[in-house]
Amino acid sequence: MVEKFDCIVVGAGMSGNAAAYTLAKKGLSVLQLERGEYSGSKNVQGAIMYADMLETIIPDFREDAPLERHLIEQRFWMMSENAHTGVHYRSDSFNEERPNRYTIIRSQFDKWFSRKVKEAGAIVLTETTALELIFDAYGACVGVRTDREGGLVHADVVVLAEGVNGLLGSRAGLREPPKPETVALAVKEMHFLPQETIEARFNVKGDEGVVIEAAGAVSAGMTGMGFVYTNKECLSVGMGCLVSDYARSGETPYGLLEKFKAHPSIKPLLEGSEVKEYSAHLIPEGGYKAVPQLCGDGWVVVGDAAQLNNAVHREGSNLAMTSGRIAAEAIFQVRSRKEKMTKANLKRYPDALEASFVMKDLRKHKDMPALLHTNSRNFFLTYPELVAKAMENFVRVDGTPKKEKESATFAAFRKTRGLGGLVNDAFKLARAWR
Amino acid sequence: MHFVVCIKQVPDSAQIRVHPVTNTIMRQGVPTIINPYDLFSLETALRLRDEMGGEVTVLTMGPPSAEDALRKALTYGADRAVLLTDRFFAGSDTLATSYALAQAIRKIGDAWGAPDIVFAGKQTIDGDTAQVGPGIARRLELNQLTYISRVTKVDAEARTVELERRAEGGTQVLSSSLPCLVTMLEGSAEIRRGSMAGALRAARAEITTWSAADAGITDLLKCGLRGSPTVVKRVFAPAPRAEKAKQIEVKAKSRETADDLIEALFEAKPAMQADLEQLAAGL
Repeated sequence: MVEKFDCIVVGAGMSGNAAAYTLAKKGLSVLQLERGEYSGSKNVQGAIMYADMLETIIPDFREDAPLERHLIEQRFWMMSENAHTGVHYRSDSFNEERPNRYTIIRSQFDKWFSRKVKEAGAIVLTETTALELIFDAYGACVGVRTDREGGLVHADVVVLAEGVNGLLGSRAGLREPPKPETVALAVKEMHFLPQETIEARFNVKGDEGVVIEAAGAVSAGMTGMGFVYTNKECLSVGMGCLVSDYARSGETPYGLLEKFKAHPSIKPLLEGSEVKEYSAHLIPEGGYKAVPQLCGDGWVVVGDAAQLNNAVHREGSNLAMTSGRIAAEAIFQVRSRKEKMTKANLKRYPDALEASFVMKDLRKHKDMPALLHTNSRNFFLTYPELVAKAMENFVRVDGTPKKEKESATFAAFRKTRGLGGLVNDAFKLARAWR
Repeated sequence: MHFVVCIKQVPDSAQIRVHPVTNTIMRQGVPTIINPYDLFSLETALRLRDEMGGEVTVLTMGPPSAEDALRKALTYGADRAVLLTDRFFAGSDTLATSYALAQAIRKIGDAWGAPDIVFAGKQTIDGDTAQVGPGIARRLELNQLTYISRVTKVDAEARTVELERRAEGGTQVLSSSLPCLVTMLEGSAEIRRGSMAGALRAARAEITTWSAADAGITDLLKCGLRGSPTVVKRVFAPAPRAEKAKQIEVKAKSRETADDLIEALFEAKPAMQADLEQLAAGL
């Protein structure tokens, strides 16, 4: 006999766990399927976790969640070939009682989250891959077939939290597979260092942490950036660029990461470290315009599978968690009114998502991915070099009159990019940001 | 037939990390698995049950988190799982562990019928002692059949079992009376993948959890640290080799590369060069 649940959640990453937890807490019978050995075993994220969105789901998470460091300093670096120009923001106000951002190690964090899901009453089956969605004669999704013997399971609604590749949804024709220009490929290494060394190098103490995000010459003119996150006893060091850019430039992800690690501004931070892990993953970066249809008869899609990722602000897991929670709440509402899980009724989910920060933020930057993509050489190669040159002109004291130096700086900008180009870039950037 | 399979949750040695600073094993964040040898025992027991009828009970001693390993065993198709967990067991060596497990197996026998075969893995991949299986056999006065690669036949009527045991220089074909204790080698029977129904049943199953008292263990002096004469005096990691591998550039002609290689070898090991030259002179 085929078992039936109120909901099946496919995937146990951030969005799937948030959905399964919320649904189970509200008393629905939930089956969550995860193809990995455990929740988090397939995850690669850096990672930075934003407390606010998790707090909405699990208010007291700080009591037992495995958190690495809370972030007190953000460094944005514009990298030229051998220099960086940086904006740093460090504030003691981030040392608050309930800090806003933490570094986490996803394999550990997700295990914790998954335990919470189980405690909430959901059945979590790992090492179980959902192979296909099952539809009835009217085109409504009624369940999934897994790779286990007798693998059919039914549900009123399926929450697709299957991650960026979204094979299940695209196989069923619910959405297109991700395109090379809407996904980034990120590679990451875990560099182990003694806790004291990390604290000395980054000028932090206790659980304080620092984030460095660096764009420019390190991505060889492609749309992308590198990062260094401080964990307790290791640094997450990574680099990500759009897949279509790799294809066009012939650069390799690990080649770029090696280059990033060898940059004179990064190298001393990693000195003496031991690399223990190496991983790679896709990140959805298509923004608002790449978000597919979010619900249909008997299904909703959340998280990376729905391309809910804010590349400009480098936020993903919080959008994932929030979409999982909102979808779960919508499902609960439909159910409590004893209505059917139809597209029209489930539309509560995309509606609520539109009204939340998730879609508002994505809409705000809807033109940014395309702009950075078509103009990547200028934004990632030309400008960083020019800014570095301007800084060098400004800082170096060699007897050249200041007026001449300033003229030289301006001339360099004008010569490289042309006055029209400069104005155009500034205009487009401002418009995309607005 | 009643088969009892002893399993242990161990850190996945393929993913284990040694702390670069303190040289201790970093257990935090290292995934745990069922000791791989135990899976061959479990599969052997499951096949015998499928063939002859009966029940498979899995037993483990460990912290409460060892429940995950038992649930996995249920997913594969075991009928029942028992977790022996108590703070009195903390720090057990193989002597104390086999004492506690033997007591628990007696208790399992009282509750669900005496086992016909008790299975264990050849050894665990974290302790590597291969002592617990034999320790249980001795305490329960069971015939002890170690390093078994295959259970070929079980005769329920005659109460006998035939097995193959890997030994130096060949395979021994053994027969024994029941009940007995069997420790299984790797590669004997690949663990099956549980069905969807089995996985759901396992997820919902109640794991029988016993404290020392529940298992009828009254002599706590034989348990845990107090019952363990083995003392770990020191833990250390082997020093990493100081020398780094030297790279030699590949030349267009392979002969030149070979010459470079020999030159580099002689440079590093002058004694080798002297020996070889002496040898060559003697020819």
